[in-house]
Amino acid sequence: MNGLPLIEWALNFAFVAVGAALVLAAWRLVRGPDAIDRVLALDTMYINVVALVILLGIRFGTALFFDAGLLIALLGFIATVALSRYLSRGDVIE
Amino acid sequence: MTEPGQREAARRRGGWFDHPALSVLLAAVWLLVRESLAPADLIFAVVMGLVVPRLAHGFLDKAFKPRALFTAVRFTFIVLWDIVISNMTVARIVLDPRSSPRPCWITVPLATHHPGAITLLATIITTTPGTVSCVVDDVRWEILVHALDCDDPQAMAAQIKQRYERPLMEIFE
Amino acid sequence: MALDEIHGVWQVVIALMLVVGGVFALVGAVGMLRFPDFYMRLHAPTKATTLGVGGVLLASMAANWGQGNYGLHELLITLFLFITAPVSANLMAKAALHLRVPSKAPVPEDQPRP
Repeated sequence: MNGLPLIEWALNFAFVAVGAALVLAAWRLVRGPDAIDRVLALDTMYINVVALVILLGIRFGTALFFDAGLLIALLGFIATVALSRYLSRGDVIE
Repeated sequence: MTEPGQREAARRRGGWFDHPALSVLLAAVWLLVRESLAPADLIFAVVMGLVVPRLAHGFLDKAFKPRALFTAVRFTFIVLWDIVISNMTVARIVLDPRSSPRPCWITVPLATHHPGAITLLATIITTTPGTVSCVVDDVRWEILVHALDCDDPQAMAAQIKQRYERPLMEIFE
Repeated sequence: MALDEIHGVWQVVIALMLVVGGVFALVGAVGMLRFPDFYMRLHAPTKATTLGVGGVLLASMAANWGQGNYGLHELLITLFLFITAPVSANLMAKAALHLRVPSKAPVPEDQPRP
């Protein structure tokens, strides 16, 4: 064990950075101006949430969070596809 | 002896190993999910790799059969390197407050008509230097690309064709 | 075994990957906030976030290895994100073109709007 809590600092930095990214994306979600901008904001947000969940996994040292991250990635992708299809076709499943 | 009808049905159903790349990918992903090399998981991975492409045969396009393996490996590293560089470029444009990027639309004519090659080309265009592939037109065989910062659309289209499409054609055709 | 018992050099590597991941995630979001039209905004998240999450996932994998659990689980999420990010970017761009979202650069006239 060495005295430098280097990983702790890096972890805290990553938490702050990803959290700030989430806030900025949320700002784009509120501002718009178009519906498709909001879809893009949601897309960015789910990717950042995956990063956040993985960071929590590192901090608590468990592999349980991995499955949550994978699920969020899967559902986020499907949500983006469905929303874009809805905007371009007015229908998700033809 | 088989009836012609049966043979026709078998052809439509496809063989066990018609999509080798897909089979290997499925087996590898299953092993990654299970994170083990236990006999049961190995057997199930092989079963998945053989059965799923056969069942999904009707939905799949032309098989994904990489030809030049060495070119494929070298190409993978070129693309990974370009991804890192492209991230730096985009990061510089984003963070420099004085930067004024000149966006433009580029049409890239396609020389290849292989669905796998086109899919990979579109994916690579999106993940590399300041370009996003927006519309893949399979009637006029071209890709509409939006570039973040470019002053010569013609040169950029030529560069995309030279750097990515040529090796892809080598690999797939 | 805890995080701070990992070997020193390995700690530096993990910390570096975490910082790189965080910075790129932030850059993606800043770009999305800053650029003037939708098509330019599309660039920032599709690139920067994949590398951002990629860095964090690699760090997670390295941290697990440093603590003696060898696994490749995280590669799965990275692979998934790398495959899906271009697909969703393409779909969003198509939707934007269809909705005639204004673009700073002139869209080619003869382009069939999907």
